[in-house]
Amino acid sequence: MTAPVLSTPVRARSARGSGGPAVAARGVRMAFGTTVVLDGVDLEVEEGTVFALLGPNGAGKTTMVNILTTLLEPDAGEIVVAGHDRLAHPDAVRRVIGMTGQFSAVDKLLTGEENLRLMADLRHLGRAAGARRAAELLERFDLVEAARTPVARYSGGMQRRLDLAMTLVGEPRLIFLDEPTTGLDPRSRRTMWDSIRELVAGGVTIFLTTQYLDEADQLADLVGILDRGRIVATGPPRELKAALPGGHVELRFADAGSVDRAAALLDGAQCDPEARTVQVPGDRSVAFLRGLLDRLAAAGLDAESLAIHEADLDDVFFALTGHPTTTEHRP
Amino acid sequence: MTTLALTVADSATMFRRQLKHLLRYPAMTVLLVGMPVVFLLLFVYVFGGQLGAGLVPGHAGAGASRGAYLTFIVPGVLLMTVAAAANGTAILVAMDMTEGIIARFRTMAIARASVLTAHVLGSVVQALCGVAVVLGVALALGFRPRAGVLEWLAAIGVMALFAVALAWLAVALGLAAKSVENASNTPMVLTLLPFLGSGFVNPATMPTGLRQFAQYQPFTPVTDTVRALLGGAPVGSSALVAVAWCVGIAALSSLWATRLYERRRITH
Repeated sequence: MTAPVLSTPVRARSARGSGGPAVAARGVRMAFGTTVVLDGVDLEVEEGTVFALLGPNGAGKTTMVNILTTLLEPDAGEIVVAGHDRLAHPDAVRRVIGMTGQFSAVDKLLTGEENLRLMADLRHLGRAAGARRAAELLERFDLVEAARTPVARYSGGMQRRLDLAMTLVGEPRLIFLDEPTTGLDPRSRRTMWDSIRELVAGGVTIFLTTQYLDEADQLADLVGILDRGRIVATGPPRELKAALPGGHVELRFADAGSVDRAAALLDGAQCDPEARTVQVPGDRSVAFLRGLLDRLAAAGLDAESLAIHEADLDDVFFALTGHPTTTEHRP
Repeated sequence: MTTLALTVADSATMFRRQLKHLLRYPAMTVLLVGMPVVFLLLFVYVFGGQLGAGLVPGHAGAGASRGAYLTFIVPGVLLMTVAAAANGTAILVAMDMTEGIIARFRTMAIARASVLTAHVLGSVVQALCGVAVVLGVALALGFRPRAGVLEWLAAIGVMALFAVALAWLAVALGLAAKSVENASNTPMVLTLLPFLGSGFVNPATMPTGLRQFAQYQPFTPVTDTVRALLGGAPVGSSALVAVAWCVGIAALSSLWATRLYERRRITH
């Protein structure tokens, strides 16, 4: 099955986006030995938006982030990050980006406060400004009480919060988050999402990778689906989902008789007598729903409840790659 | 800021991080300083009476022999202390490289060598603290150096220079090690080298092959220089050879270490 609108790359126009691209990559290739990890990746992220690189384990997400953040040199490709040629001027890129990796990039022997002060010193903020910034971030990430505790004694969620706080010390305008919520409990995950939304509200551009479809759905303006080293689709989550067939409206009735009559009345209806439901292909448009309800009313049928199901990104992923995402690690 | 000012500022920041590590986890430092102290006690009290007999003319008592042997081996034990600090540095570097924070440093615009420079400085501080402790124990045992202020300064300078050289070597070995365990094994050889030199016996008493190795390996001229300075004897050519070795080892090792650090790829 091929989805029609999903040619690559599609440049997203979102309400939030403003300026030029914060990240632009073309033809990025990377192989480790004979294993091709990235096989010509093109992508573009508009300033002030959230881009989610979505894919299963081993798709090449982390490799892509490592290349963009100057940790790895690609075999080929043209890359511009925050207006700087990534390959020719890595230090110019390093000055303006922030990175929170998949594995916690904190110094476990130091305390939370010392970690933040270390970042402030390396950003050359000066003593007073550094102390102020550290205090501010400890407050913002709810780490004040743990400020003087060695990070080795922090919980996973606290380490992740400190990690992000350290990234923010230099007030970067472009932040890379490699699987920011992998391994977090649901509550820490929501806290992380809130922090990300707060940053976006402040105009920061976010490039995140995730294997969780709902995370991309929740946060991203634009999703790029990476599979086996290639971007197989790019688009806003809504658009990706809308492009797929499979949306339907589910009506529930009080008795089996109504189910049969409704099924006979509505085109393409499928009924489930046990659950007393009827599924009608369609979407969430008001015109469609009004028509549907009018026909039921005209026939004297009264539905107990109505639910709208859109295709989710799981369906999108399956449709595009022919295999499901890895979901066994999903919290 | 100029590149040099940035390098100095970043190295100072990383050095503070290193000192905090050493202060927060003193167990390794205690172990590294403890080992040479144990060797000093062992060699003076267990072997000293007999081994020192060859150092004093005529038939002196075991006490006099022991005293003479103490004076003879203090420089060797001091350099063993320096080597032990380097051994610890290799482990610390290998451990540090497994930490996620190193990846973070690489995504920041900081002086590339500052992480390594900090390890070297930390190692030298550790080595000199160890030297002070071992000297303290030696003085308590009756070691009476005949060095003046200048000789003392020169002896400390030579040991510091040697510590810098071994620290760079240790940093390179720590970076080259495939695992933390490997990093702890390879530089162990360094702590054995004082035995295969002029640290504990006169190399002239060794069989030919070993004697040649002992005469030409770097610990020997450094030991001889420190021994001459502390004993108030003329230093001779050994000082020049010692300094040449130190500068050579430091230069090659720092180049090697920097290349390893630049090339090391993220494995995950």
